Amino acid sequence: MIIKEIIIGFCTQIRSMWMVFLNIFYKSETKMYPEEKVHVSSRYRGRIILTKNVNGDERCVACNLCAAVCPVDCIALQKSESKNGRWYPEFFRINFSRCIFCGLCEEACPTAAIQLTSDFELSEFKREDLIYEKEDLLISGPGKYPDYDFYNHSGVVIQNKKESIYLDAKNKPIDVKDLLP
Amino acid sequence: MIVSKINECVTEFHFIKTIFILFFIIFFSAILSVIERRLLAFFQNRHGPNRVGYFGSLQICADMIKILFKEDWVPSFSKKFIFVLSPIIAFISLLFVIPTVPFTSKFYIINLNIGVLFFLMMAGLSVYSVLFAGWSSNNKYALLGAIRAVAQTLSYEVFLGLSIMGAVAKSGSFNIIDIVNNQKEIWNIFPQFFGFLTFFIAGLAICHRHPFDQPESEQELADGYHIEYSGMKFGFFFIGEYISIITVSFLITSIFLGGWLGPWLPGFIWFSIKAILCIFIFILIRASLPRPKYNQMLSFGWKVCLPLTLLNLLLTAFFLLLSKA
Repeated sequence: MIIKEIIIGFCTQIRSMWMVFLNIFYKSETKMYPEEKVHVSSRYRGRIILTKNVNGDERCVACNLCAAVCPVDCIALQKSESKNGRWYPEFFRINFSRCIFCGLCEEACPTAAIQLTSDFELSEFKREDLIYEKEDLLISGPGKYPDYDFYNHSGVVIQNKKESIYLDAKNKPIDVKDLLP
Repeated sequence: MIVSKINECVTEFHFIKTIFILFFIIFFSAILSVIERRLLAFFQNRHGPNRVGYFGSLQICADMIKILFKEDWVPSFSKKFIFVLSPIIAFISLLFVIPTVPFTSKFYIINLNIGVLFFLMMAGLSVYSVLFAGWSSNNKYALLGAIRAVAQTLSYEVFLGLSIMGAVAKSGSFNIIDIVNNQKEIWNIFPQFFGFLTFFIAGLAICHRHPFDQPESEQELADGYHIEYSGMKFGFFFIGEYISIITVSFLITSIFLGGWLGPWLPGFIWFSIKAILCIFIFILIRASLPRPKYNQMLSFGWKVCLPLTLLNLLLTAFFLLLSKA
């Protein structure tokens, strides 16, 4: 019995060696990354950006919800107020060496200002270069939600508010206290 | 006058040939580390090192630069002399066997009439490198690895010698050239199949190759006996392993696969084809077989391989007597 087992074991080992050998003729699974671009899905959570409205204003209203929800505390911002009463971040800083790309900031943002893109090529030689300031984060486009304008749906009445092209523009802003029981 | 000139020329040629062969072996074993990584990658559907140079051909230079400029640290708690000595033993012990290997019927360094015994002696000496490295590192992991290595190598050396004895008895000589010449009709692999099998397994164990790499199993022992080595001292262990692979495959070629013998092609090419095939199978085994437990390893050696070699030797002796009578 033992001899039979030894012979069968020997043959299975030869067979597995043969099967591994055949792999030489197969195409390799590895992607040649820098030459061959990686396809990531559109919902991939990569580099964080700050977006602007269609008319070119910053979407961010410095509400601090993203910084509050961030589990690793990598977002820092300072509120400031423009002359027409609109809030904006004086500085907006994300420490990408701490960021875990969880996407909670994007979920928390009421104005869809902070968004995670599918860009993942973030490597730097110096650690300080991974701290992104507002200039690095802000892009000129509206990102994933091109039609969305927070100020058309809700918010405070501000001076010199422009007539918007959207539907809600004619409506008055919702009085939140009115809804309370 | 002329005779002495000729003699001088012959010795000079012999010297150059010796230096050339030894340097070629060292160079090829350094290259083999890259070739092995590349082949392992192909076996596993990867690319392997392919960035430096054309298709990764200059990878060896990059490795060389890296290993030469690493900090070469001798631990303050080690036994310094032995610590430095052991990689040298590992590097040269099986390199010394290369001169006894005949590449063709004319092209060899020494025609040693105890060639096989010399190989067995050097294989025995290579245990010292492991033992010294593990002991002088003054590190428990290294010591455990060394003890494993020594127990394993000793138990496999018992039938390393016995497995060749069939071929030796068949040819009636310890001289490797005689053994090769004895295979003119049929290669030793067919009449001595079990001898070939056990010699192959024991050769794997002598090189500390997978699946016999328990001494340096990085999962359990964090690299075993050479855990404290860095820089070029580790490089000596690393290259020494490849040198021993080359040596063992040369010996398998000349003792069991008929050495330079073969139809049509010149002997040197036959020899290299067979040796490269052996090296290829060594790498294939590393890619495909799992690493067994340590006790399974030892019991396989003592309970399966040793009886098999004894049986092989007995049968060989029996048939030899039968043919003589």
